[in-house]
Amino acid sequence: MLFSEQRKPCEKAIIRLLERVCDPEIPTLSIKDLGVLRDVYVKNDQIEVVITPTYSGCPAMTVIEADIVECLRSNGYGNVVVTTLLAPAWTTDWLSSKGRETLKEAGIAPPSACGNTGATVKKNIECPLCSSKSVALLSEFGTTACKSLYRCNKCLEPFDYFKCH
Amino acid sequence: MNKEFQYVLRMGDNALILGQRMSEWCGHSPFLEEDIAMANCALDHVGRARMLLTHAGVLEQKGRTEDDLAFLRDEREFGNFLMCELPTGDYAFTMIRQYLLDAYHFYLYTELQKSSNNVLVAIAAKALKETTYHVRRSGDWVIKLGDGSEESNQRMQGALDEVWSYTGELFIADEVDDFASAEGIGPTTGLLREYWEAEVLEKLRTAKLTVPNEVWLITGGRDGIHTESMGSLLSEMQFLQRSYPGLEW
Repeated sequence: MLFSEQRKPCEKAIIRLLERVCDPEIPTLSIKDLGVLRDVYVKNDQIEVVITPTYSGCPAMTVIEADIVECLRSNGYGNVVVTTLLAPAWTTDWLSSKGRETLKEAGIAPPSACGNTGATVKKNIECPLCSSKSVALLSEFGTTACKSLYRCNKCLEPFDYFKCH
Repeated sequence: MNKEFQYVLRMGDNALILGQRMSEWCGHSPFLEEDIAMANCALDHVGRARMLLTHAGVLEQKGRTEDDLAFLRDEREFGNFLMCELPTGDYAFTMIRQYLLDAYHFYLYTELQKSSNNVLVAIAAKALKETTYHVRRSGDWVIKLGDGSEESNQRMQGALDEVWSYTGELFIADEVDDFASAEGIGPTTGLLREYWEAEVLEKLRTAKLTVPNEVWLITGGRDGIHTESMGSLLSEMQFLQRSYPGLEW
């Protein structure tokens, strides 16, 4: 999202290529669907790819940068600059609907739309396995910075919840 | 002296040194969920340190990168609060220190959203999202342990007595802070103290902990006068770059 409509054909082609670059932690989720890929500009011979970090300390960002350069290089684009944009700060609201589906298929409950940081907002979390809405928080922190750990009260399976941010 | 550089550098140092201390719990926390939580929060601090130090390097205009500032400065050049560098201690000490600093950062980053420096506004917006759940977690622990068993209460009280002497430093304004507030870069320390005290005193009461009175306030961190533990922290953190200059992954 946030991609402007007025875009050169070559930029559109590059975005299509970059849809192959995935989050190293969730290899089925593309950086475009994750909302990390913000923009692509082509000026003269240089390609600028703009990304925004999910969490300030997310170690995946370095890997994502390298993967972007590698993806474009293997497709014949040598002159690539990856720029990190801090503002506006990334939010889980930028996850595309395809991205949310991908998360669910990977066994991770997608974030409920929040638009703010409050955890006190009423959440609507579903077990990604049995779709029960009766779930309990085990820990605010999960396997990566962006997730918390929940357990389903119905099927009793623990699962990761991609938290609102 | 470039005061805006100093101001941003000190914030970066606080994040870096606290993040380094917190990371010492990785693999050693009382139980798995806590271990993950601690490492997650440490990562948030190191992440914001990277952004702040990178920006400090830009403001300084001497071409120093985040890595130069983190790994190639000596103890006397670090301007973090002493509280950040104190040894980890037990979980009571860790959590009370964490809570007092999380509450401080919550108000600092909230106020920095009004900064005249646009990069700081962006960093603060990101950091505030993270600090919001940091302070919720550490505040919960303060209540759980403070208003817990007799032993947990005693250990929390002991930790609070120990760390309280270091809180004064958070609100002393020197020429760098005065410059930042005059230029609209950051809030006045007086304002931060007002918000912080209201939040912290209420929480400590709820946790059945007593704020020590008439303590000697220990200062010096921001002028590069550190405690004994800073040297060993730096020697561990900087080891690789000092022993193998320019080494890359």
